Amino acid sequence: MENEHERILNDVTTGEYKYGFYSDIEMEKIPKGLNEDVVRIISKKKNEPEWLLEFRLKSFRHWLTMKMPGWANLRIPDIDYQDIIYYAAPKLNKSPDSPDEIDPELKRTFDRLGIPLEEQKHLSGVAVDAVMDSVSVKTTFRETLAELGIIFCSFSEAVQEYPELVKRYLGRVVPYTDNFFATLNSAVFSDGSFCYIPKGVRCPMELSTYFRINAANTGQFERTLLVADEESYVSYLEGCTAPMRDENQLHAAVVEIIAEKNAEVKYSTVQNWYPGDREGRGGIFNFVTKRGICKGENSRISWTQVETGSAITWKYPACILKGDNSTGEFFSVAVTNNHQQADTGTKMIHIGKNTRSTIVSKGISAGEGQNSYRGLVKVLNNASGARNFSQCDSLLLGDKCGAHTFPYIEIDNPTAIVEHEATTSKIGEDQIFYCNQRGISTEDAIGLIVNGYVREVINKLPMEFAVEAQKLLQISLEGSVG
Amino acid sequence: MLVINNLHVAIGGKIILRGINLEVKPGETHAIMGPNGSGKSTLAAVIAGRDFAQVTEGTVEYFGKNLLEMAPEERSRKGIFLGFQYPIEIPGVSMVNFMKTAVNEHRKYRGLEPLSASDFLKVMREKKEMVDIDSKLANRSVNEGFSGGEKKKNEIFQMAMLEPTLAILDETDSGLDIDALRVVANGVNKLKRPDSSAVVITHYQRLLDYIVPDVVHVLYDGRIVRSAGKELALELEEKGYEWIRNEVNNQTGYGD
Repeated sequence: MENEHERILNDVTTGEYKYGFYSDIEMEKIPKGLNEDVVRIISKKKNEPEWLLEFRLKSFRHWLTMKMPGWANLRIPDIDYQDIIYYAAPKLNKSPDSPDEIDPELKRTFDRLGIPLEEQKHLSGVAVDAVMDSVSVKTTFRETLAELGIIFCSFSEAVQEYPELVKRYLGRVVPYTDNFFATLNSAVFSDGSFCYIPKGVRCPMELSTYFRINAANTGQFERTLLVADEESYVSYLEGCTAPMRDENQLHAAVVEIIAEKNAEVKYSTVQNWYPGDREGRGGIFNFVTKRGICKGENSRISWTQVETGSAITWKYPACILKGDNSTGEFFSVAVTNNHQQADTGTKMIHIGKNTRSTIVSKGISAGEGQNSYRGLVKVLNNASGARNFSQCDSLLLGDKCGAHTFPYIEIDNPTAIVEHEATTSKIGEDQIFYCNQRGISTEDAIGLIVNGYVREVINKLPMEFAVEAQKLLQISLEGSVG
Repeated sequence: MLVINNLHVAIGGKIILRGINLEVKPGETHAIMGPNGSGKSTLAAVIAGRDFAQVTEGTVEYFGKNLLEMAPEERSRKGIFLGFQYPIEIPGVSMVNFMKTAVNEHRKYRGLEPLSASDFLKVMREKKEMVDIDSKLANRSVNEGFSGGEKKKNEIFQMAMLEPTLAILDETDSGLDIDALRVVANGVNKLKRPDSSAVVITHYQRLLDYIVPDVVHVLYDGRIVRSAGKELALELEEKGYEWIRNEVNNQTGYGD
């Protein structure tokens, strides 16, 4: 029994964050601080056209007039925006003979994260854009996808190679004035992924972006732009990890999705940023603006997120249902353990006729974690026949954590049908003991109970990632009961 | 198999068991009876390893090993099964998944390969028939929305799946109508092997019409105050617990 205890203790204290290592890679960094010159430097490093620099500068000037939002149910320490490095890039050391060769240390880093950068090593058909700190280091399967007319590349490359497309869509779903963090991102974003699926094309593989923060004192501000033209389909997944550090690091991303007529986009996130230690030291501050527009009729955007990481999560993936008969979905599992805080949910804006939305949110709080669901369902006056179903469940593990629900419903059309269901429950010692008594260990019991609770959401993930997400949940909650 | 010696147990500082001595040998069925609050369920909880009960004195050995040092799951894997007085609901976890995890943990402990999905379902079907349980139960979440009777039958079904060496049934009969009682009792009898034992905890005699014990113990105020053959249960039924209470108080000189 002593050994057993020691093993569990060991697993719990050392095994919980697998991705906390730091890679010693030669970096190119600019000095700390934020001003117009920094914005210009970033733009220059990326060799950007004048219009993009202008976009950044007007964002920056607007940001100076804004205040950090205080409405979220979060305790956010003061963030010193002058104490952050806004651009840090691994030196790619490309040899002139083979420009495609990747720095071996970078390759090792992504191998350790389970993201091989060589295409032949990929078992499942998943194309990856790997982003470290401020730049994309490699995008796999670009050529294969290009044969179908699919553009999948880093945002920086898109700016160089497809400036017209970027210009047409950038800031159209999340305008540069949108909110404090989106505006900051619009000024200093450094890289991210760009994806365009042409008319009538069903993307044959999962597209994914893997975000890695590596450098210290650095913020990551990436931007993802995903355009699905008429009658197209794409399933997209993003994953994120960062080293363990005592200081907090800022991550403020923007994702924009445009779905044209009859297009379908599935966007899945497995967010596993470093959550901080058991005492709440360190961890990523994750302030993300994600929004998609179902522009054409019968289009569909589906957000699935499994949020286990970050010290603070502030995130509301939204769907603007503009096209008639369009559909928006949001499936979420958010875990807060130890001192983590999450204020997350969605916005469903019904503009077109007969638009439908579904919201399924499963919060899990453990330790001293605080978990809030915040969701808006808005039906505009022309959106006749709109339909929404929302279900928000909260699961509490232990008695020091909290679960909160903030639903907002604004209906301007009398034909709308909106349903909201909410439950709060607790994993009890009783449930765990019941499993123990049948021969199931406490760790496995928590896994079993939590997976039962989140099954509905996990089933929405692409199959390759559902198993990973289940494991991740179990790891995130190790040691949280008893 | 099970040897309990001078067991003292407290819950939250309150002394519940005051020196229990009990030996269960392979093949035996024991009944433990007693008024409410006498410590019957606490005894079951200690044997199963529930940690809210603190053992302050005494020993419990299971096949010569110190049972009190074993984690609850280890006790289960070594063949101890507790039929819960109040079975627990686990929403979203199917009975199939729950039992498959449990059975495979038991197999792993014995150095056996996990059962394949199809083999497992076959075993499950057999056991369901054996203990006469509605096959729809298996497709539902663990105990979720089950009636009181269904929950108790589900305990017996789990017992059939895990084939325990020592089954402790904690007031499995409470709240059952006569048909459900018969199903539960028949299940227990069918699952009896020559080398397996059962400890049946009950408030009423009626379960013992179906499960015939070798020994009946009366637990009163944290002590076993009388042990005898099955006729003791009938005597208790007839005279009530008041009779025991008076006798004990007369002997020890302390009373209410």
